[in-house]
Amino acid sequence: MTDPVRATAPTRRILPARDLAQIAIFAALIAALGLPGPLNIGPVPITMQSLGVMLAGAVLGPRKGSLAVLLFLVLTLLGLPLLAGGRGGIGVFTVSPAAGYLYGYLFGAFVTGYLTARLMPKYSFLPALGATILGGIVAVYLIGIPVMAMNLALPLWTALGLNVAFLPGDLIKVVVTVLVASQVHRAYPGLITPPQRRTARN
Amino acid sequence: MIGLYSPGTSFVHRAPTLLKLVLLSLCIVVIGLSPDLRVVGGAAAGVVLLFVVARVPLRAATAQIAPILLILVVALPIQGFLSGWLVAALMAGRLLVAVALAALFTMTTTVTAVLLAFQTLLRPFRRFIDADRVGLLVALTIRCIPLVADIVREVMEARTARGTRGSLMSIAVPVVVRSLYAADALGEALVARGLDD
Amino acid sequence: MSTIHFEAVSQSFGDRTVLRDVNLTLTEHRIGIIGANGSGKSTLVRMINGLVTPTSGTVTVDGLNVARRAREVRRRVGFIFTNPDNQIVMPTVQEDVAFTLRRRGLSPAEIAERTAAALEQFGLAAHADHPAHRLSGGQKQLLALAAVLVAEPATIVADEPTTLLDARNARRIGELLHTLPQQVIVVTHHLHLVEDFDRVIVIEAGEVAADGAPAQALATYRDLVQ
Repeated sequence: MTDPVRATAPTRRILPARDLAQIAIFAALIAALGLPGPLNIGPVPITMQSLGVMLAGAVLGPRKGSLAVLLFLVLTLLGLPLLAGGRGGIGVFTVSPAAGYLYGYLFGAFVTGYLTARLMPKYSFLPALGATILGGIVAVYLIGIPVMAMNLALPLWTALGLNVAFLPGDLIKVVVTVLVASQVHRAYPGLITPPQRRTARN
Repeated sequence: MIGLYSPGTSFVHRAPTLLKLVLLSLCIVVIGLSPDLRVVGGAAAGVVLLFVVARVPLRAATAQIAPILLILVVALPIQGFLSGWLVAALMAGRLLVAVALAALFTMTTTVTAVLLAFQTLLRPFRRFIDADRVGLLVALTIRCIPLVADIVREVMEARTARGTRGSLMSIAVPVVVRSLYAADALGEALVARGLDD
Repeated sequence: MSTIHFEAVSQSFGDRTVLRDVNLTLTEHRIGIIGANGSGKSTLVRMINGLVTPTSGTVTVDGLNVARRAREVRRRVGFIFTNPDNQIVMPTVQEDVAFTLRRRGLSPAEIAERTAAALEQFGLAAHADHPAHRLSGGQKQLLALAAVLVAEPATIVADEPTTLLDARNARRIGELLHTLPQQVIVVTHHLHLVEDFDRVIVIEAGEVAADGAPAQALATYRDLVQ
């Protein structure tokens, strides 16, 4: 009785175990990046965590990347002191002036991942830089700044002004993200399936 | 993992998690809508009382609330200048009370209890979200934090051993790649241990 | 003992052939598999519980085709990895053992009882509520064993279970593997571990180079690596 079987077994689950493990490991990585201690400048602590968020999108793509960020946020919500400075709990998601940034992280990782997936399999510097700026900065600020204005009862423009201080740091993180992601994609290909190929298979 | 929980036996600790969540939300809404400084002041006194009853260590409480004070140092003058000192004081009071209350909830409720409460809240959505799987993923991630922290430490040590004072890149790339390999091995173990069976 | 059957099994990743037309029937209590790095032995044992599906050929466990009925096979075959750190999936020692028993229709009380018994058996009871990552390397491998054996599998497959351990812990795990009532299939570079096994198979460049009594198979292997 011989029945040759194909090397790729069909996956029954929506998320195969390996994807699940990548999501958990990246959520843990974002958490670990918050450990060294923050640089408190202005209303929002600057941390390496936003670098982790950008990397999640640029390395894992839209689905796995945003799920990793979501998982990190859930852990924080549950009361683990994972945000820079050892903060966590439901307060940072609701009434804190920086609350919007946490939702912005989620949206930002998705946008970064979505745009990066359109570039794959070729991850070249300038388009990737654009994708990561749109996801890692524009998308994050888009939610972060209005929520800050709301929670501090400040005019939108004032909140925007307060955020200018973060722009240089965030731009550096974008460049680091793109440089790291391009090496990672070379060392470990196949992390992000380009959308065209996915539709072709269906 | 103990998280921000500070162990105790007060009635704040023992109150059902869902009840605490509902009361917390109610308080925040009421304080947020009240235009009266006296209401906010009263609420602040009540919150201080709750902290005393719960015997939350002062240092742990300060760590959660201090960042807000820092923000207020920046925001309060802007606010006072733009819309008057009464509005500024109201805003500051509301924010402090809300943040302190939320911190109190987090510090008097174990991670497991919060997880169970959220799983209960997720139950009506079971067609879309598998609450057990969420719980499993949360535990898996908590397990992964020391795993990733070990990888970061090993990469840093390897860098020191080679004597190279490399850039952020020379740490970040190996950390991410090795984390991905660890994810492969972990995924294989999850399959072998019957994750989807 | 289970009967594990490899029939005309080949495996290639891209254009690299890892296993070539392997035919084996494993029925003995303790079986050692040895071979150089990259010889294909790890891939071979991963096929026993469906972690790798052969490119061609069939693997069966007690007549069950692993590729088709991986779930049933995995309940009979437990797997121990080289690095226990990657095998621990839950934060605390006790939770990690209990993870194995989920989705088996057991009550929480039964799960707690069996978990406690397994921890007791492997001398980990005092660490039940400790974070798993704080255990020593040897304790982590004991935890991996406890987490696999709590499910009472008929067969244990271990892929270089002692490679990352110091001499003392390696000996301890080795002794444990010798006392298990279960069928044990061990991939290893520690040749003394398999010296008194019932059967030793040497894999070289994706093919079976020797297969038989340990003395004879180990002699062939020593000639190969000379």
